[in-house]
Amino acid sequence: MIEMQDIWKTYTDGTHALRGVSVRIDRNEFVYLVGPSGAGKSTFMKLIYREEVPTKGQISVNGFNIGKLKPRKIPFVRRNIGVIFQDFRLLPKLTIYENVAFAMEVIEAPRRIIKRRTMEVLELVGLKHKHASLPAQLSGGEQQRVSIARAIVNNPSVIVADEPTGNLDPETSLGIMNLLEEINLRGSTIVMATHNRDIVNSMRKRVIAIENGNIVRDEARGEYGYEV
Amino acid sequence: MKFSTILRHLREGAKNIIRNGWMSFASMSSIFISLFVLGVFLLLAMNVNSMAAQIESQVQIRVFLQLNVDQAKITELQNKIGNMTEVSQITFVSKEEGLELLRKNLGEENKDLLDGYENDKNPLPDSFTVEVYNPQSVALAVEQINKINQADEQQPIERVKYGQGTIETLFKVTNALRYAGLVLVIGLAVTAMFLISNTIKMTIIARRREIGIMKLVGATNSFIRWPFFIEGALIGIISSIVTTILLLAGYAQLVNFTQMELSLMMIKLVTLQESGWQTAGLIIGLGTVIGIWGSTISIRKYLKV
Repeated sequence: MIEMQDIWKTYTDGTHALRGVSVRIDRNEFVYLVGPSGAGKSTFMKLIYREEVPTKGQISVNGFNIGKLKPRKIPFVRRNIGVIFQDFRLLPKLTIYENVAFAMEVIEAPRRIIKRRTMEVLELVGLKHKHASLPAQLSGGEQQRVSIARAIVNNPSVIVADEPTGNLDPETSLGIMNLLEEINLRGSTIVMATHNRDIVNSMRKRVIAIENGNIVRDEARGEYGYEV
Repeated sequence: MKFSTILRHLREGAKNIIRNGWMSFASMSSIFISLFVLGVFLLLAMNVNSMAAQIESQVQIRVFLQLNVDQAKITELQNKIGNMTEVSQITFVSKEEGLELLRKNLGEENKDLLDGYENDKNPLPDSFTVEVYNPQSVALAVEQINKINQADEQQPIERVKYGQGTIETLFKVTNALRYAGLVLVIGLAVTAMFLISNTIKMTIIARRREIGIMKLVGATNSFIRWPFFIEGALIGIISSIVTTILLLAGYAQLVNFTQMELSLMMIKLVTLQESGWQTAGLIIGLGTVIGIWGSTISIRKYLKV
């Protein structure tokens, strides 16, 4: 569960990225975050995984007060949050298997369990047969599925996805969305920033629209609402 | 930390050395050079010290008498010198014994050189060999022997010989070597340390993305730091082991060579058994410290985790 109360975020250059945002996202929800570029979507997401701290206001994720978190506690909160990026952020020199297993090595899981669980999620994203390939040998959609596998391998309760289909063609995007929906059905909360009108309109979920650092719209089964 | 994690950090640290091939090679070379120079100085100092000790232990004062000194005077002098507090032993060497000694020192091949100088024709004076308890008091003892001579109206002592000059020079050389070596080694060690820290910095920069991803998936700071730390330490350890092997192998050759070829020149080097462990310990210890130090600096400066 994610809860923000009157969150302000002002960067050192004076930009007000968020101006008093309050929102509550419940367990197991699927939320689209929409709005023009520079509206504050990325800041909203960075606050969730504690890449940024709010200038003012309170934010709690899974019961942790993120803004007041001691630095050495940050890793343990992040283990419960999977993050997916538009540019995949895979490690080019590691194989697909190693890329995913990496997230489990970091939390010092036993080797045997790492092996079993990594193969399990690779099967879920449909890439078990490519586990020995390098990222460069995969298509964009496949790479994004690897990054999703890495995000979910530790069973996080929250998944934050920053334009996960931004670099992909419509058909591939659809595959990624099906995957995210499946993960959502398995019990993870998903917050996804997107500019993809078709996806938002075809897979009706909660839509939160941000403009100029404010939430301007929050609908349970909303539409994209912007002209492309 | 789990054992499997320790192994993982070791693996990663070692892999990094290979990933940064040239930079690792550069820092290893610089450590190698600094430690090698240190090693050479160390062995040199050990040898000079041992030579000084050898000479010190052989420090004798030779007291040569005038040719016309009679037996009573000899006994009187022997008692006077023997009673000095500094003196541990005094031996009378008659001119005949002196000739024998000289013959022995000249060696087997040249012993007939002195034929014909026996008995009345012996040109050598009678003498005393005086040994002192403490090498530092040689000069004092010599001074007192000279006083005894001057107090005697007959002035029975012709000359007092001792090796003080040689010892002082040796001490000076040893000290100079020590300081020069120390300064040089500190300079080189600092250079090596900076090179290591630079290598680690390159690793950190090259792996910035990876570090970012590690942080995102919840790696703790120590988990991120350890491989870099191990990389630095390994660079230090590996290069110091290589240094030790090459240095001691070279030295063993030198010892062998001097024993075979130069034994006549009375140069006796410290053997490998005597110097090896000490040298190896110091070099490997210092190499490890340089490696750890260099990586720690870089981690602190560049790894903002």
